[in-house]
Amino acid sequence: MRPLFVNVGERTNVTGSAKFRKLIAEGQYAEALSVARQQVEAGAQVIDVNMDEGLLDSKAAMVTFLNLIASEPDIARVPIMVDSSKWEVIEAGLQCVQGKAIVNSISLKEGEAPFLKQATQCLRYGAAVVVMAFDEQGQADTADRKVEICQRAYTLLTEKVGFPPEDIIFDPNIFAVATGIAEHDNYSVDFIEATRRIKQTLPYARVSGGVSNVSFSFRGNEPVRRAMHSVFLYHAINAGMDMGIVNAGDLPVYDEIDPELREAVEDVILNRPQRTAVSNTERLVELAPRYKGDKGVAKVVDLKWREQPVAARLSHALVHGITEFIEADTEEARLAAERPLHVIEGPLMDGMNVVGDLFGSGKMFLPQVVKSARVMKQAVAYLLPFMEAEKEGQPRQAAGKIVMATVKGDVHDIGKNIVGVVLQCNNYEVTDLGVMVPADRILDEAERIGADMIGLSGLITPSLDEMVFVAGEMERRGMKIPLLIGGATTSRTHTAVKIEPAYRAGPTVYVLDASRAVGVVSNLLSPTESAGFVAQTRADYVKVRESYARGPAKPRASIAEARANAFPIDWSGYHPPKPSFTGVRAFQDYDLGELAKHIDWTPFFASWELVGRFPLILEDEVVGEAARSLYADAQAMLKRIVEEKWFKASGVVGFWPANAVGDDIVLYADETRSSELTRLHTIRQQMAKGEGKANAALSDFVAPVGTADWVGGFAVTSGHGETEIAARFKAAGDDYSAILAAALADRLAEAFAELMHKRVRRELWGYAPDETATVEDLIAEKYRGIRPAPGYPAQPDHTEKLTLFKLLDAEANTGMALTESMAMTPPSSVSGLYFSHPDAHYFGTGRIGRDQVEDYARRKGWDMATAERWLAPILSYDPLAEREAAA
Amino acid sequence: MTQAARIAALHAAARERILILDGSWGVMIQTLNLQEEDFRGERFATHNHPLKGDMDVLCLTRPDVISDLHDQYFDAGADIASTNTFNANAVSQADYAMGGAVRDINLAAARLARESADRWTAKTPDRPRWVAGSMGPLNRTLSLSPDVNDPAFRAVSWEEVYGAYYEQAKALQDGGVDIFLVETIFDTLNSKAAIKAILDLQDEGYEPLPIWISGTITDRSGRTLSGQTVEAFWNSVRHARPFAVGLNCALGADLMRPHLAELSRVADTLVGAYPNAGLPNAMGEYDEHPAHTAGCLGEWATSGLVNLLGGCCGTRPEHIRAIAAAAKGVKPRPVPERSVAMRLSGLEPFELAV
Repeated sequence: MRPLFVNVGERTNVTGSAKFRKLIAEGQYAEALSVARQQVEAGAQVIDVNMDEGLLDSKAAMVTFLNLIASEPDIARVPIMVDSSKWEVIEAGLQCVQGKAIVNSISLKEGEAPFLKQATQCLRYGAAVVVMAFDEQGQADTADRKVEICQRAYTLLTEKVGFPPEDIIFDPNIFAVATGIAEHDNYSVDFIEATRRIKQTLPYARVSGGVSNVSFSFRGNEPVRRAMHSVFLYHAINAGMDMGIVNAGDLPVYDEIDPELREAVEDVILNRPQRTAVSNTERLVELAPRYKGDKGVAKVVDLKWREQPVAARLSHALVHGITEFIEADTEEARLAAERPLHVIEGPLMDGMNVVGDLFGSGKMFLPQVVKSARVMKQAVAYLLPFMEAEKEGQPRQAAGKIVMATVKGDVHDIGKNIVGVVLQCNNYEVTDLGVMVPADRILDEAERIGADMIGLSGLITPSLDEMVFVAGEMERRGMKIPLLIGGATTSRTHTAVKIEPAYRAGPTVYVLDASRAVGVVSNLLSPTESAGFVAQTRADYVKVRESYARGPAKPRASIAEARANAFPIDWSGYHPPKPSFTGVRAFQDYDLGELAKHIDWTPFFASWELVGRFPLILEDEVVGEAARSLYADAQAMLKRIVEEKWFKASGVVGFWPANAVGDDIVLYADETRSSELTRLHTIRQQMAKGEGKANAALSDFVAPVGTADWVGGFAVTSGHGETEIAARFKAAGDDYSAILAAALADRLAEAFAELMHKRVRRELWGYAPDETATVEDLIAEKYRGIRPAPGYPAQPDHTEKLTLFKLLDAEANTGMALTESMAMTPPSSVSGLYFSHPDAHYFGTGRIGRDQVEDYARRKGWDMATAERWLAPILSYDPLAEREAAA
Repeated sequence: MTQAARIAALHAAARERILILDGSWGVMIQTLNLQEEDFRGERFATHNHPLKGDMDVLCLTRPDVISDLHDQYFDAGADIASTNTFNANAVSQADYAMGGAVRDINLAAARLARESADRWTAKTPDRPRWVAGSMGPLNRTLSLSPDVNDPAFRAVSWEEVYGAYYEQAKALQDGGVDIFLVETIFDTLNSKAAIKAILDLQDEGYEPLPIWISGTITDRSGRTLSGQTVEAFWNSVRHARPFAVGLNCALGADLMRPHLAELSRVADTLVGAYPNAGLPNAMGEYDEHPAHTAGCLGEWATSGLVNLLGGCCGTRPEHIRAIAAAAKGVKPRPVPERSVAMRLSGLEPFELAV
């Protein structure tokens, strides 16, 4: 990593963080560690640890904390800055750190002898040093003094101690400006000037500083402080400042600071001649309150539309998803309206109707609609206090109330969130209960708020069962409201065959995608349309059931016949490649930038219901504009994800000696192949095959006993941090960014799996060291070997993930876990097996017969009911009907 | 030959050819089937603790065995002998209640190696032989807690580790070694204490000696036991300005190569490597054939990865002979120039380029 400016995390400093001080004073080291972890996750490249507090045993606290950090790899990966004004605390700290640390700080304050002695010790401990511009006369305030002290220290260090100049960091003292004291006005200019001269005259030396000092006089006004830090850093970095103790993730971009504020701040920082009758400091003090609570950020765009009347401006903002002026415009509309509610019912809903029409006519697309919703939310949020203040103000009449949830055991919610936003845009009140929500909570909440309908979402197949259970509970509770079903594994057939029969008292409707949601909901709630719509849907589902029952009269092979027709591989004369290692290897904190390069964008657009292949989609006549805009937003966010390390990617890969035994794959503890480590179970196709076509199972791709072969497995995630980021955006009313972040996390996980597979083929297993596939080839799967995942067509049994996770020790190695439905957490995770044989290929097992289920249950140590539950989506028979018939 | 001349010759020789370190001590001593009385000798006949297995004490009680092994390795083609002092420090010797004998063991070990080296140098004055004082990793570690329920706990303090290394280094230098070999490092912090102890000897007026720092990658992900990557490890020890840095032990040559290549890329000093003779078989024995070991190490040499080669656990004089033959006439790795940059590390490296 070669950063241009180093962010030193400042939160693990008892002098700077009251929270951290309290944790240390109370001995709550576990929580204190999480402060350190958060900083690293937020992108701190070095963490500053300071325990200088009168009431603490600073030395003991330093030792305990650093020892604890040493046992936390995700914190210990970055260098430590051992920060104390007491040498004995610094030395104790250095004795706990195996990496090369930075000492903060030493100085000439007590004269040359102790300075040289401490510097020699730092060198022998193997640490870089921060040298304060402080000498026997005191702390340097003018540029000349700062430079003079630093030059003297540099000469002493390099000539008398032999200190490597590249390991010297000067801190020329950042002091507060705009204090009202004229002598302070030039302080930041002095720092910047000193920085420039130090960098010019002292080769390889670095400059650092505690940035937050500069804005000390604006305590309590964070937006102005941040603007000051940003402006200060902009100029100091240009002058050569290399590192700073700063909360960098929190700084506005220099160019995006409101020009008026920026000018005022810049005048103060650079101590420029005053422009008005009042001093620079007074001007900033006067200006400051305006920015309190605001970010002071603006963008330059074509602002002609701002000249239109307010209703047109609101409509423009909604259609174009511009939040910038929404509060001012809403306020203007409010002042003109009789009641605040009328602003919503009038211009805002008019604007949303335009959005709805454009969406309905295919002129706007989901990403744009979600952005519109963000604008709407902010406008409504602005009006809420006024509506509450109106004593007689009745709550706005929503078109309907909908409770939505991803069912218990499942963690995926990108699609559900999109549906929620689209419904909200259409004036429905949506209560989103989140993910992994048990049936009771969904139904309790629906009853509590008097919901008009319930929407369930799920991505993995076990969620289908849970939905049937929720439907049954609705029936049991005597509910009558409509039940909507959606999500990647759901289908019209499953809804008709399994869910609707469980809930007879009210309508159950399958919703194909977000764009259909509004139509379905408005039909269900329409006094005139509802009855007809429900009757029509019921009639449709009856037909679906009938055709399903007649359905798969497709001929099936018995399991014995299928096995006899296994996929043929001639193992004689074939030498399976041996992996470069056996056992597991973890990959912590994988470079997100590398993953970003491997993203397959086509599914990303599909998740926003923009259909077409990337990159052609960007030029598409119909959706091109929406796709380009979405892609630009995605790229911008992706850049921040990578640079600010929003997510943490961890993965683990393993290889084991293995041989096929029947339809199982036996994994051995070692190359002697004498002791069985565990067993992977596979499922065989039972559809009747034509001549020359095999009934494949994954075990066919592994050599039988007698030929040494291996299989691999992997689990990767890019989702650590995803939920928190999405929640933060949501809390700020920005569903668009929340969904975008989740969709990108999802893509990064897939990219991680693809990249890992490439590394496996080329290096870790190494059977294709010369493979030259491009990213496009990878996406098109033009390479040797496969990586099928449990729960997907080649092995539909999700519970095989349990074996895989155990083998990989995935929880310890990646922080991934499985829910009771075998969904992986964090949501953006991928796992699977690796097969290397050139003939290995993806296939679907299709439906399987009772004979194989019985056999599979025996192999897994299950009873029939358990087997039928987990394999429900692929049974070729109805176990319930058969049991009833038998009874 | 004065020590200063020997060290000058060492630097000169390292520019010319690949230098060869000796092989394993443990496996050679085990084959002799020594008994408790061999270990005790006269000096420790009444010692209150069993001594069988304390290899280092043999420097005092069976000096003939140690001298003979040095001769065998020199005869096989080694340029550098390592002293039989891998565990000769107060922390490790506490297992045998032998803390009081540490200085004497190191002095004797250095002298035995010195005498043998000087005998071989006398035979071929154009090809001097050197002595490296072995300083092992200690059996206790500063970065890891042995108590899973108390991650802040340490079984040993910095002062104890530093003190143990200081005593050992001083005795080795007094005994006449040419090089300090800080080896088999699985916790970088222990080695940093050793480095500090060696550097601090200068305050007592000792001449600085070349230091060879040799880390151990214990797992195939390429990390030390204490979790550092190879480059992070190098950043952590570079302040010693070592004569050489390298890897030894743990993995056999096959598995060591990628990590060695990485170190060779980043280290702007000589690089040394002495792997085990493969991985132990089911009986805990090393059965890698000398030809195989030498084949791998010869490839490292011709690929320009190394300046010094040798053997660790399981290697015998046959291995060293084969390695020396494989490296003969091969040009040593040129030491790369690296740009000047602040290079820090946690478990991972961090570089602030100019």
